[in-house]
Amino acid sequence: MTLTAGRPVVGTSRAADVRRALAVVMDPELDEPITDLGFVRSVAVDEAGGVEVHLRLPTSFCSPNFAYLMTSDSKDVLTALPWASSVVVQLDDHHDSDRINAGLAADAGYRGTFGQEAEQDLEELRETFRRKAHTAAVERCLTELLRARPERDVESLGDVRLADLAPGQHTEALLRRRAALALPLDDTAPVLVDHAGDPPQDVPLALRRARSTRISIDGNAHFCRGLLRTRYPGSEQDQVHRADGSEAADEAYDPTFIPLTTLKTTQTEETDR
Amino acid sequence: MYSKDGENYFIVDAHVALWDARPENIRNVQGQQFIDCFYDYHANLSPESEVWSKEAYLYQGGERLMKDLFEDGYVDHAIFQPAHLGEFYHRGFGQTDEASALAARHPDKLTYNHNFDPRNGEAGLDQLRADAERFGLKGVKLYTAEWHGASRGWRLDDPMAYRYFELCRELGITNIHIHKGPTIRPLDRDAFDVADVDHAATDFTDLNFVVEHVGLPRLEDFCWIATQEPNVHGGLAVAMPFMHTRPRYFAQIIGELLYWIGEDRIQFSSDYALWTPRWLIEQFVDFQIPEDLTEYAPLTTAQKKKILGLNAAKMYDIEVPAALRLPAADEPVTGPRQPEAADLGAMAAV
Repeated sequence: MTLTAGRPVVGTSRAADVRRALAVVMDPELDEPITDLGFVRSVAVDEAGGVEVHLRLPTSFCSPNFAYLMTSDSKDVLTALPWASSVVVQLDDHHDSDRINAGLAADAGYRGTFGQEAEQDLEELRETFRRKAHTAAVERCLTELLRARPERDVESLGDVRLADLAPGQHTEALLRRRAALALPLDDTAPVLVDHAGDPPQDVPLALRRARSTRISIDGNAHFCRGLLRTRYPGSEQDQVHRADGSEAADEAYDPTFIPLTTLKTTQTEETDR
Repeated sequence: MYSKDGENYFIVDAHVALWDARPENIRNVQGQQFIDCFYDYHANLSPESEVWSKEAYLYQGGERLMKDLFEDGYVDHAIFQPAHLGEFYHRGFGQTDEASALAARHPDKLTYNHNFDPRNGEAGLDQLRADAERFGLKGVKLYTAEWHGASRGWRLDDPMAYRYFELCRELGITNIHIHKGPTIRPLDRDAFDVADVDHAATDFTDLNFVVEHVGLPRLEDFCWIATQEPNVHGGLAVAMPFMHTRPRYFAQIIGELLYWIGEDRIQFSSDYALWTPRWLIEQFVDFQIPEDLTEYAPLTTAQKKKILGLNAAKMYDIEVPAALRLPAADEPVTGPRQPEAADLGAMAAV
């Protein structure tokens, strides 16, 4: 028996386990779970505990290092499922699919997969993007304060403490990013700090740089989602709405919206009948 | 030239191609994937009325290019920026003979830039000399993710790349267009990082480094190095079409660029045939920063004129009618070029 997740079928608890496990695998570049991005193409589970998952990406030429991280992280979290007897993760339609899939099947690791193209490991790459994600989270929180009180002196944002942030999505996201960098989480900790916890010398310039980072991540996240939808029609059904950086055009395909045009069409059809 | 509301815009399309991705030229699956990827970019970001069929997208030819750019597209001058991709396409992706012949027939309208690959070593240096003479090169387009045997990328600060830049200097090839791509050895680090551009720009201050796609997907890294170097510029290839589907994102890109690199260092391009210039120019002239993005000052007509053509014309010594010229802005050589144009602290004053 093969069960496919995504469709509510009775007895899909193991497939649901798989989905839940995959939800902790992040696209480091976009700072989002691969399950929200629609990167999980299919999940199949058999009675013996065999799992086969296929991943898909927005283009064939997405960076192979990120592609490898997401596929190998997926294999790791699935292998950790207590009932999983065998795990196959395949990356579909990528220029490096053959190499990555062969490396994963052989548990060859990063260096075993990429050979001479790999030097040490991908830890520095992960760290670069953990820092960027933190920088963007700081900017969202501080810009929110600035928009709420535009007359505020930008310089004073250097004095904002965690306790000064209103509870909400952006604050929660900041706390998660801080935890990932092992930065303090107590109320008195300053918000505008770098990855090491150090405050900037020039507050307005630091905020400006953080803003360009946030714009970049939000822009990339939406562009990648859009390319996935173009490449795999119907994949919008597997994407979770991203509020940060969303635009009017997103209403056209976002399944969480109920576009008025759809309602009108339905009415017209009913009238015709 | 494009005219609207009594204003005239001299247009330079600083990044165009004459490519061939028809089946007979495709060498392997990567060649197919490459053009498929381009087509998805095209289909995803174009207005519905501007989407081509896949068949039309594979190859345009010189006649269609001339029509799309100069008859329909308002372009006064366009610059070929060819990608070689010899590992993916039998005769390469950018069509050297056809594009350079077209440029030779229309020197007033077209400039042909060529490319080099430092992994070709000494022989490549000789080839660059020959190419400079054959094409009268003023510029080159470098794609750092080009595959080459077992290698899948190179960096601008590789020692051999410096030999090529030294030769560029000697040959008067002053305009270095760079497209960062995703596969560079080692894979350990972010391949889109533009730090190598920073090194090369610092060591070759007499060359212009135009970072295509304004460093996307790493706008922040690009802005940070570009603001510190007087000779780093931003090309808007691929960034332009976001104006249609993601106008807020585009507004923020332009707002950040004006803040960090200023109005004299940004160049328009359609990235033809990824997109066609006509709708991009029409929409850009009408474009304005959304009112609620109060951290950015509104775009001025002068800024639009510079971006759409005057900046690239200056870099390439392209003759601009006297009435359409504009003076350089009073911007510092380095550091945020227009801090007052993008300052959230000024929101209170808006």
